[in-house]
Amino acid sequence: MRRLRAYGLGLLGLVLLGVVWEVYKALGPAAGVEVGGRVVLPRTSDRAMPHLTDIAGRLLEPALGRSGDPLWQVVGHACLFSLKIAAIGWVVGVVVGMALALLMQRFRLAEAAVLPWVVLSQTVPLIAIAPLIRRWGSQVHLGSYAWSSQDSVAVIAAYLAFFPVAVGMLRGLKAPDATHLDLMRTYGSGWRTTLLRLRLPASVPYLIPALRLAAAAAVIGTVVAEVSIGLRGGIGRLVIEYAQAAGGDPAKPWAPIIGAVLVGLVAAGFVALLGVFLHPYRRSEVAA
Amino acid sequence: MTSSTEALRQAQGTGGTAQATERAQATPAVHVAGLDRVFTSKQGSVTALSGVDLDVAPGEFVSLIGPSGCGKSTLLRIVADLDSPTDGTLEVFGKSARQARLDQDYGIAFQQAGLLPWRTVARNIELPLALHKVGLAERRARVAELVELIGLAEFAGSYPDQLSGGMQQRVAIARALAERPRLLLMDEPFGALDEMTRERMQNELARICGETGAAVVFVTHSIPEAVFLSDRVVVMSPRPGRIVSVVPVRLPGTTRDEALREDASFFSAVAAVREALHGAPPAAARGVENR
Repeated sequence: MRRLRAYGLGLLGLVLLGVVWEVYKALGPAAGVEVGGRVVLPRTSDRAMPHLTDIAGRLLEPALGRSGDPLWQVVGHACLFSLKIAAIGWVVGVVVGMALALLMQRFRLAEAAVLPWVVLSQTVPLIAIAPLIRRWGSQVHLGSYAWSSQDSVAVIAAYLAFFPVAVGMLRGLKAPDATHLDLMRTYGSGWRTTLLRLRLPASVPYLIPALRLAAAAAVIGTVVAEVSIGLRGGIGRLVIEYAQAAGGDPAKPWAPIIGAVLVGLVAAGFVALLGVFLHPYRRSEVAA
Repeated sequence: MTSSTEALRQAQGTGGTAQATERAQATPAVHVAGLDRVFTSKQGSVTALSGVDLDVAPGEFVSLIGPSGCGKSTLLRIVADLDSPTDGTLEVFGKSARQARLDQDYGIAFQQAGLLPWRTVARNIELPLALHKVGLAERRARVAELVELIGLAEFAGSYPDQLSGGMQQRVAIARALAERPRLLLMDEPFGALDEMTRERMQNELARICGETGAAVVFVTHSIPEAVFLSDRVVVMSPRPGRIVSVVPVRLPGTTRDEALREDASFFSAVAAVREALHGAPPAAARGVENR
């Protein structure tokens, strides 16, 4: 019942957003709202803000010309393409993030040495590292496997995704309180047993939000990296391509944006599903 | 009560009291002599324990009582090998504290129940058994006995967050008993409970200890609690923590029940412990303090 309510409220929020869009479009000034010479709200012309029905209708029309695949299908394919890369990036990021967290928990020295770099890594702009990764990747030859631009995009997605996992997981691994750790010691348990029976289960409540952040980061990383690396076939490329068509076809650029949102929702939904399976570990402890 | 007593007797192999007397002649459960513990930090060193001598016989219930910072918890942690002494001798059943810990010679309970929130009551109790590779059938049988013993049989499948504080603490005690230790170490296990729950838990603990015949070292700062439960009460003073006096409360084997709380001998023992704690008899009779 509570879950149903949550879904209902979510849907209501979406409807409300649509209403705000249409109401502003109908009532707002054509030149947009300006404060001190700066535009703070967009113009309400059909070009800047197409009707929602136009955006929806455009999805059903062919992407190019009069015949050919409808726009929703083209965008759908691009979504799947990007989703696959984001998923690979997410998995790699999660594995690397977890490994780093374990290393930092096990060795104090590693935490002191690695954690600042982990934080620093996220301050490097994506635009800067994308060409680097592409260049380094092109020099990688693993047997018959040749590095492709898709791999570069996945690496960038992983680069963004590992950070919340490393930080969240480390916090989770350190979450058990002193009583629990004392108890494991009285049982004569070593680091590995303590990890398996205590630290890993205790880290789940911290890990789930970290995985969700990582999923969002992987999707954003994929879309942005597709643009910076110039990979065709994904949603990032479509965003750029269709934006250029905005002049004559203002409803079209919204299609890949909706697509990107959908990809993000699918990613977040997947993590939510993981959370359902890990449900027993998410019980909060009540102090005696 | 009888059914759980029998279950436990069977579990222990022999009668608890017979075992206890047999062991009384043997090595003490805990032997502490000339024990010091000094904490050193950048700010200087603090003597937490100084020249502590204490023997706990098998099956004996000994309470450590004293004001905060007198080192009673530190002493317990040292016996449990969770901390090490700076100097002095410590033996648990004639072995080093480390060996006794590795041999699972003691069970321990803390002020926080410390149950794992993702495990049910039954799975919390069986944790030490599972960690030591006890077979599934034996584990099940032991858990069934223990939930019966603590009176929480119908809660075996519940999670800790569904239990009250007192129930959680009972589960923690059952977990401490899981491997049939001959020694129980308890660090203010009822410190976080309300007074009524606390008295009920004391009755329960007295019963459980009577049934298992285990020696107990019990840290508390409640005088009536110490007197009610113990065979001997060890009174400690702070900075540096040392034993001021040992008050013999009653002969081992006396039954402890609600009637005891109203008994004159109980009040005189409470007075004796309070006197030892404060160094002199209180100026005026202020009635019985219940904590």
